[in-house]
Amino acid sequence: MTKIGLEIHCQLTNLESKLFCSCKANYREFEINENICPICMGLPGTLPRLNQEAVKKATTIAMALNCSTPEKIAFFRKNYFYPDLPKNFQITQLNIYGDTSIGGTGSILVGDKKIRIRRIQLEEDPGRLIYEGSSSKNQITLVDYNRAGTPLVEIVTEPDFENPKEVRDFLKILSDLIENLGVADPTLEGAMRADANVSIEGGTKVEIKNIGSFHDLEKAVHFEITRQESLNSRDIEIAQETRHWDDRRKITVSARSKEEDLDYRYFLEGDIPWVKIGIDTRNELQSKMPESISSKKERYISEFKIPSQVAEVLSSDKFYSDLFDKSFTQENAKEVANIITTDLMGLVDTREKREKSKLTPEHLKNLANSIISGKIARNSAKNALHEIVKTGNELDAVIKELDLGNVTDQLKLQEIISQVINEEPQAVEQAKSNPQTINYLVGKVMQKTKGKADPSLTLELLKKNII
Amino acid sequence: MNLKISALQFVEDVKTGNISVEDFIGKTMEHIDKVEPKLHAFLEINRNSLDDARTIDKKIKSGEKVGSCFGMPISIKDNICIKNSKTTCASKMLENFVAPYDATVIKKLKEQDAIFVGKVNLDEFAMGLSTEFSAYGPSKNPWNTEHVPGGSSGGSAVSVSAFECIASLGSDTGGSVRNPASFCSVVGYKPTYGLISRYGLISYANSIEQIGPLTRTVKDTAFLLNIISGIDSNDNTTIDNKNEDYLSQIDEGIEGKKIGIIKEMMGEGIDKSVLSATNEAISKLESLGAKCEEVSLDMVKYSVAAYYTITATEAGSNLARYDNLRYGYEFPVEGFEFNSYITKSRKNLGPEVTRRMIIGGFVPSAGHAGKYFLKALKVKSKLTKQINDAFTKFDLLMSPTVPILPFKLGEKINDPVALFLVDVNTVTANLTGKPAISIPFSISNGLPIGIQLMANSMQDKALLQAAHALESTVKLPEVQI
Ligand SMILES: [Zn+2]
Repeated sequence: MTKIGLEIHCQLTNLESKLFCSCKANYREFEINENICPICMGLPGTLPRLNQEAVKKATTIAMALNCSTPEKIAFFRKNYFYPDLPKNFQITQLNIYGDTSIGGTGSILVGDKKIRIRRIQLEEDPGRLIYEGSSSKNQITLVDYNRAGTPLVEIVTEPDFENPKEVRDFLKILSDLIENLGVADPTLEGAMRADANVSIEGGTKVEIKNIGSFHDLEKAVHFEITRQESLNSRDIEIAQETRHWDDRRKITVSARSKEEDLDYRYFLEGDIPWVKIGIDTRNELQSKMPESISSKKERYISEFKIPSQVAEVLSSDKFYSDLFDKSFTQENAKEVANIITTDLMGLVDTREKREKSKLTPEHLKNLANSIISGKIARNSAKNALHEIVKTGNELDAVIKELDLGNVTDQLKLQEIISQVINEEPQAVEQAKSNPQTINYLVGKVMQKTKGKADPSLTLELLKKNII
Repeated sequence: MNLKISALQFVEDVKTGNISVEDFIGKTMEHIDKVEPKLHAFLEINRNSLDDARTIDKKIKSGEKVGSCFGMPISIKDNICIKNSKTTCASKMLENFVAPYDATVIKKLKEQDAIFVGKVNLDEFAMGLSTEFSAYGPSKNPWNTEHVPGGSSGGSAVSVSAFECIASLGSDTGGSVRNPASFCSVVGYKPTYGLISRYGLISYANSIEQIGPLTRTVKDTAFLLNIISGIDSNDNTTIDNKNEDYLSQIDEGIEGKKIGIIKEMMGEGIDKSVLSATNEAISKLESLGAKCEEVSLDMVKYSVAAYYTITATEAGSNLARYDNLRYGYEFPVEGFEFNSYITKSRKNLGPEVTRRMIIGGFVPSAGHAGKYFLKALKVKSKLTKQINDAFTKFDLLMSPTVPILPFKLGEKINDPVALFLVDVNTVTANLTGKPAISIPFSISNGLPIGIQLMANSMQDKALLQAAHALESTVKLPEVQI
């Protein structure tokens, strides 16, 4: 049986500041080496100043993954030399004096399968290396320390995955969960990264590092399984090693340095006293935890009779579920869900589009109510939505400007219906005996009004005319 | 102009208009220039001191509010950062490091209108107890310039002892304030761990070290402690002392106090004159109404070994950042592979630092940690338990600060193990986090002897009261320079 385990790194991008100083956690908007200070540069004499908010957010993640949360946590130094590491050690967590990491064992359901979490730790992200120059001989390495010290949560799973599909499903659920908790924005570049370890039946464990995105992770795992199986079938021994994902060639390659041989000389970080997270704090965090995705889904189905698939899509994305929860009434809930899942998702399918969107819950509420009251047809509503997202104008103004209102004028509608009856004598005859045919005639009226005829009024008038 | 006055006297004289800050600082600078060729306490002299003095005089004249130091000349160990000034740790590795920020203690002293007359010498990165490991040459003991001043805060002790300033800040990792204080006949104090912010003190062994003042009198130490102690958001290990006033009730006395004399700190190798001075101190304490009794702390035997194991481990990590990539000395990085660059750049670390870094790479490493580092931590916790037990019986513990007299320059530099034993009486306070103070007690053959008192955690005020009581029984000759 193939066994795959993951180490996921998730930046707490929604925090105001870095883990040990007051530089911004959101380093992305800065010029190179502009988001730094003596502390995150590890200048002589500086000391880490623990961001208590990061401890809370990381604890919340642990709770959401059903992990045990200890009474006291400790920080450790992981000692190694690397140019992106200003102190040449990383402040991280470890469980050598009992469970002192931010989260202990836990688990999460992926479909029907339980994926076990081994531990969760809070640590600092290193800086970023930038390579310049093409040939390896002329290549120079530049270091951008803007990222150094960004709060990072590492989630380590047991090797409970059997194939790349399970990995993909898990990562989707995990990033939805992280986003739903409001601790990070997984869509930001580099906000969530993962390493994997893969071993096939009868093989040895191989670590894969340097994987840039979740998308590549799946590919890397797939490649690695194939590679190991191919070796196995030829009776070649699979080396226990660390391999790097080659982003360009889409293959894994053996890491030159033997990372498994590194001795990190872990010991307690004396500059940060043990942090007590008392039962009161934990209870408070638990009670403040946002409603879970599965609970939202349940609620949407049971309270509003929203179809399970729609509820699933709606609940798993915080952007949409927040919008829904602010727009719905008992009467319009199904319509709101409908607008979001069939029309809006296509309109704001990227991060940039979401940020630019001018749509408010109030808009959405109006739109759904107007569809229900027959003020606007579904088809036209889609156009109106597009306009509102773009301009943020009020629905009434949009209807007027684009002439999207329904034909609700009886006289005007009667005129059109008379035309249709003249043009379709055969269908009119059939409709007298077969009521199904009347829908064909409604369709004809809709065609003539470009979908703007009030559907119930049309039906009513047609019936009157024919019978 | 008398430069030989205490901090409190200086404040009084300036306040009453007896002296002007400009005169005092001017004379101090002249004196520094006169004695430095002999003593080498300073790594850098602040030539702006006189301007600072004039500014303060102007403030006084115009009736503006003046900080409680009134322009007091203070020297700072060169491992404490002062904004825009070089902080070298007496190492070639940080030859060109200019600190872009003030240490918390510096910020507090600036607010109180202290004048920093210069940065003073130390053993490189505070590793040593003689200043002989300074990359810029040793300081000399003012009492006998053929002898070491002690260390690592040797420059601090020399500058106070030789009247080049009124007070100094040093740092104490295993006795680095108390040892030179004892060797140079000044007061040297290491507070309870966490009482003074370490922000801006360049770490050597961060879990046990503290900044501490070196002064002429115990009262002066209390005066400085009032300014520099207290909780600091930049140092998560600091303790809230609720703005304790260490100077008030300093005359409380020690009547009825129980004092334990630590047997293991007066054992093999102790100098005869140190032993007799200690016995004299015991009878003086008793004459002040204290009850002295011998106490055995057998973990003290292992304390030096544990101390070097723990400090080497932490140093190996704390000094790893000196790879010369971001600051340091002239040595261009272009054309090197990272690992070969840092190997080459770190050759600028001196022999003692290199020795401890190598040990620090070994003792906590996989396969060896159990035998060395973890065992050292065990000694630390057992020693702490023993000393906590002792403090259920005693108010204070007492010993000589150093079992031997100041040795000659070059005498022990090639004998690291002999040097290590000089630490035996001081490291316990660091390993256990307890406050300890060394006060000048005697002079033997022209060389100073200090007595150490130790108290339980956060009993710093009681410790200073006792030290002041003992100090007031002592009258020592002045140093001749
Ligand atoms: Zn910073």
